[in-house]
Amino acid sequence: MVLIDINDVWKTYKIGDLSFNALQQVSLSINKGEFISIMGPSGSGKSTFMNILGCLDQPTKGKYLLDGIDVTKLNSDELANIRNCKIGFVFQGFNLIPRTSALENVELPMIYNNIPAKERKRISEEALKVVGLENRESHTPNQLSGGQQQRVAIARAIVNDAPIILADEPTGNLDTKTSYEIMDLFVRLNKEAGKTVILVTHEPDIAEYSERIIKFKDGKLLSDGLKVKL
Amino acid sequence: MIEVISAVKIAIRALIVNKMRAVLTSLGIIIGVAAVIIMLAIGEGATKQISDQMASMGSNLLMILSGATTSSGMRMGSGTQPTLTFKDAEAIGAECPSVQSVAPNLGGVAQVIYGNQNWSTQVTGTTPSMLEIRDWPLDSGRTFTQDDVKNANKVCLLGKTVVTNLFGDLDPIDKTIRIKGIPFRVVGILDSKGQAAMGQDQDDVIIIPLTTSQKKLFGAEFPGMVKMIMVKARSSEDLDSAQNEIAALLRERHHIGLRQDDDFTVRNLTQMMQTAKQSSDVMAFLLGAIASVSLLVGGIGIMNIMLVSVTERTKEIGIRMAIGAKSSDIRLQFLIESLILSLTGGIIGILIGISSAQILASTAGWKTVVSPFSIIMSFGFSGFVGIFFGFYPAYKASLLSPIDALRYE
Repeated sequence: MVLIDINDVWKTYKIGDLSFNALQQVSLSINKGEFISIMGPSGSGKSTFMNILGCLDQPTKGKYLLDGIDVTKLNSDELANIRNCKIGFVFQGFNLIPRTSALENVELPMIYNNIPAKERKRISEEALKVVGLENRESHTPNQLSGGQQQRVAIARAIVNDAPIILADEPTGNLDTKTSYEIMDLFVRLNKEAGKTVILVTHEPDIAEYSERIIKFKDGKLLSDGLKVKL
Repeated sequence: MIEVISAVKIAIRALIVNKMRAVLTSLGIIIGVAAVIIMLAIGEGATKQISDQMASMGSNLLMILSGATTSSGMRMGSGTQPTLTFKDAEAIGAECPSVQSVAPNLGGVAQVIYGNQNWSTQVTGTTPSMLEIRDWPLDSGRTFTQDDVKNANKVCLLGKTVVTNLFGDLDPIDKTIRIKGIPFRVVGILDSKGQAAMGQDQDDVIIIPLTTSQKKLFGAEFPGMVKMIMVKARSSEDLDSAQNEIAALLRERHHIGLRQDDDFTVRNLTQMMQTAKQSSDVMAFLLGAIASVSLLVGGIGIMNIMLVSVTERTKEIGIRMAIGAKSSDIRLQFLIESLILSLTGGIIGILIGISSAQILASTAGWKTVVSPFSIIMSFGFSGFVGIFFGFYPAYKASLLSPIDALRYE
């Protein structure tokens, strides 16, 4: 089942008279339940692509169907809804709200989805259990290690039951051992919960976890293929 | 749109993180609101005092004083030369259509004795209509009659202060007191009137028939002399015409030529009081207006801090937008933050204002009135300040693009 269908997408930035194509003619589709890595050097357009994929930004040209909805036609409030319900974000810098407990950070997407407070608490506790932080609920981000913070972020990404987890270099700030633990968590979410995981990474050993690797270069799709298991 | 209760919780948490800053920001509003409450309390207290005095004085009142003596070229002021007579008063009552009733006065200060107590007080000789003119009811007993006046009977009415000083707890009715050694029978007690405009005790008075005053106590330089005539006009609109009618009548009766000055003065007390009331109203309004300037400054303080807060928390705004907050959610969050700042400031300011007004009343002895209106107004005003000055920062926050906000360090 096709979850994401991107067809001839362009992103052009205009600076004065000059125009610069951050993305050119990108077309691809992603099925439900896939585990995908997006790779490419900096400036290759992968971050721009991530932003469009995550509905944080709109393409200049082209069509993007997410779960059958043409998101290029949506206004900013509708995009916010899509981000809230369809996509769970995990960032390199964790991006938790400072001085706010793990539990409340995890509750946040549900506040914007108007889920009643009791329900929010129950779901958040469950999500923290899934990521293995059931006894860290009242800790604030600065009382947690990097790996733990990233787990909180992952818990936050799954509470609204979004089908897609979009992770932008999720292990970039973590040591190798913790990176692998986080990746195992993504694999588990992919295999057990059926989440479609899309992650952006530099590191080949992280990309190894995925089944399909998409490479960008100079704003164009360089290669897209199932990983060949050695 | 998210639930308001969630937005309030988020806002409170954000404020608690920067406690000191929140307190200092609210301080502007606290001072502003407290100042408004205190100023209005003082202004309204002054107005209330004047209205009370107006009510105690009686309404639509004119006072006619005899003219000024001139002694070796030095003019001595109104009331020093006796020119008014009982007949003048009767003529005013009979011939001036705008006049409702008339009470001539002749009195002075005298020592009064009852038993082993004595007291010095104002003794006023007048006619029974005096009580009507001054809207002065009796507490007990009866007033004296026209017959008492005609026969110069030695009867008297006592003010509350005199009763307290001479009789204590005893009932003075039908007791005999001595005024300047002359025995008077107490027939009635006047109700309490409180302080007059300048703070004199209006209850420190004895009222006796005019003729008794003229013949037995204060004497008269010529028969029927009075010091002052009090006049009540038919209505407040008739005050001016009454004044003119009286002046014309007295000029005629006193044979004053065209080029000569009046040998009497007519004073419009009600008008004087109304002028005083108006100016104290204006004063109250001005004090409130000045105090509200500090509210305005407090509001600018809120705006300033909210703008700083939006910039500081750009990244947080980005995170919230990325996980599904709409522009309106962000706007609501910051608006509620500034509203909480201003409303808590407002409530604290109201409490400080009310207690300061009471402290002022009890220590400085100023009359202060904290009206519900001033409380509602200053609370509403602080809410308005919160929304007005919080809107721009909140709006600015809601305009951020999620990508730029997320990238902000």
